[in-house]
Amino acid sequence: MNKFSTFKTKFNDLRWRMRNYKNDVKSLITNFFDKIYIGRIFKLNFFKGMLYLSPALILILIFTLYPIINSLLMAFYENYTPVDGMIDGFTLDNFKSVLKPGFLVAIKNTALIVFVSVPISVIISLFISVMLNSVKFLKSFFQTIFFLPYVTNTIAIGLVFSLMFDFDYGLINSILEFVGNTFVGDFFDLFGVTISPLHWKDSQATYATAMTTLLIYTIWGSLAFKIMVFTAGLQNIDKQYYDAAKVDGTSKWRIFTKITVPLLSPMIAYITITSFIGAFKSYTTVVALFGETGRTAGSVDLRTIVFYIYGYIMNGNALNPGELSRGAAASLMLFGIILVFTVIQMYVNKKRVHY
Amino acid sequence: MEVRLEGLTKQFTETIAVDNVSVTFESGKLIGLLGPSGCGKSTTLFMISGLLKPTKGKIYFGNDDVTNLAPEKRGIGLVFQNYALYPHMTVQQNIMFPLENLKLSRQEALERTKEMATLVGINELLDRKPAQLSGGQQQRVAIARALVKKPRVLLLDEPLSNLDARLRLQTREEIRRIQRETGITTIFVTHDQEEAMSISDKIIVMSKGLVQQEGIPQVVYNKPINLFVSKFLGNPPINTFDGKISNGKIIIGDIELGKTNCNDQNVVIGIRPEDFKVAEDGFEVSITDLSRIGRDTTVYFNLNGIETRALINSEEVSTVNKIKLKVKREKIHLFNPEAGDCINE
Ligand SMILES: Nc1ncnc2c1ncn2[C@@H]1O[C@H](COP(=O)(O)OP(=O)(O)O)[C@@H](O)[C@H]1O
Ligand SMILES: [Mg+2]
Repeated sequence: MNKFSTFKTKFNDLRWRMRNYKNDVKSLITNFFDKIYIGRIFKLNFFKGMLYLSPALILILIFTLYPIINSLLMAFYENYTPVDGMIDGFTLDNFKSVLKPGFLVAIKNTALIVFVSVPISVIISLFISVMLNSVKFLKSFFQTIFFLPYVTNTIAIGLVFSLMFDFDYGLINSILEFVGNTFVGDFFDLFGVTISPLHWKDSQATYATAMTTLLIYTIWGSLAFKIMVFTAGLQNIDKQYYDAAKVDGTSKWRIFTKITVPLLSPMIAYITITSFIGAFKSYTTVVALFGETGRTAGSVDLRTIVFYIYGYIMNGNALNPGELSRGAAASLMLFGIILVFTVIQMYVNKKRVHY
Repeated sequence: MEVRLEGLTKQFTETIAVDNVSVTFESGKLIGLLGPSGCGKSTTLFMISGLLKPTKGKIYFGNDDVTNLAPEKRGIGLVFQNYALYPHMTVQQNIMFPLENLKLSRQEALERTKEMATLVGINELLDRKPAQLSGGQQQRVAIARALVKKPRVLLLDEPLSNLDARLRLQTREEIRRIQRETGITTIFVTHDQEEAMSISDKIIVMSKGLVQQEGIPQVVYNKPINLFVSKFLGNPPINTFDGKISNGKIIIGDIELGKTNCNDQNVVIGIRPEDFKVAEDGFEVSITDLSRIGRDTTVYFNLNGIETRALINSEEVSTVNKIKLKVKREKIHLFNPEAGDCINE
């Protein structure tokens, strides 16, 4: 005990001396910069700031900014061969050749994923978070369950989903078959709707069933992160707002729409914008369910825009001059689409979000 | 609406926050619930509001037992310590919010909102957001929001503690005025004795979850029931001395203060600073320090080893550093040293 406390004193002593040393170095640097005076604009603070930022700035220049500018230029190259870097000049043809029917299908697929999965997953995760926030019993247990998908590999979950949506022995079809044989099935029969197993993703799958499978998978996979962000946001809302509302006899639904949602709106805005951007870039989800072809065995095409871009990149060799440029053109278009939507959202948020 | 608590108790897992409290809040009065921090005032208030369920005991509004009634059915207005104004709504929307849950035409709701805004004097602020208001203005909005439903009881939890000293003085007069104008039964929680004493029709002093004393402020002040109450009320605080009663005389050290017909015993003697009077036949003390504020002078001296304060008329303090003081018998408070209870003749 005594030995330990001596050690602790010595350790704290050492820490104190180290802090003194650090302060010395700091004032040395500051004094050094104080002596340098570089014009009127580049005052000391700017110079110092740049120095501190330089490691990050250099990395960003090399690995982010340079590639961005490069791909921007590449989109306008004519017959670009990556091996020797030769081009025949500049052209807009790359954009034209990207815009063939297959790419339009990719745009449609991507748009469906974006505009269906994002709103639904935001709403579902909002409800789940509010409910999680109101349970007391086993709260962290439930939180862990809802967060599990986030720490699990997308491809692995895709395999599980593939099994669940299997025609012959998938869980979903078993349920449909069971329900179809109960009174619920009879009830729906009255309206001409038969509840029976569906071809979700096999060779006989239709566009509708395959896309539904993909959407369910996308929504489910994206819930975890949103739930985590919303739960954290909810915990920051002062409990007294709810007490005040309770005293005034506000209904649960009105409390949700008039207090919880507005007070959470910065988080909702953040999540919506980042999810939209993420959904525009969907790729792994399709691969996880339908493999690298992005198509069902029955040739239903579920490829997204990023699928096309990757396709161009993989074809981009000496034998296919210009493929990389078309990939760059496609990414530029995706960038344009995302930019437009983000700007629109920012504009809408400005009016509706209470910071 | 009279509010009556019968044996109200609230036990949290470890602490008994409110312990068997039975008090009555008279109809139409402004009643101060007073006590040091952590004594259970807020807990009592939240039980009255219905936001907290009592462990034991009953709450009556008039003749109705409301113990198990939901908060919204009790007809109360509640002002929180930090106001809890909805930050995303304007002042008008905040005040109107409670009305939106009632069956009321929008026109009527708007009129009532205007009426309340006029009452608390924030008419020209209706379109602002809470963040654009000063503390005092936010306070008024909170009161307007609590009153707009025309509740039977208004509950205020430390409504002035977030304001600076000058605003606090102003706002407490304001609360007094609003209470007078509306005639609503108001329960006002505070840890500031001066605040409670100055505006309450009645005060209830609490300590450690127990009600110590209740009554008209001046009566409680003049006749504290125990040492705690005597020490808690009054600024500067009461002077206390270890003394004794011997042969019908009240004695501190070798000074005889007065006569009593109590039995001989050791006592704690309490004397408020303003109860010392300059008198030729008094006991002599040596002044160690003086501070003169206008009409009154605070005189510091040592009485039987205790640093003592006396508040006396400035004209009666000469430059000499000896002074003769006396205390009227009814201003000498005697307490039992162990229990702290007041000893009456
Ligand atoms: N929710 C709670 N859980 C546990 N203990 C509480 C809770 N609320 C208050 N207490 C305890 O009850 C006692 C009284 O609290 P409170 O009524 O807030 O005092 P105050 O008079 O300052 O308003 C305190 O000791 C406090 O720690
Ligand atoms: Mg309190």
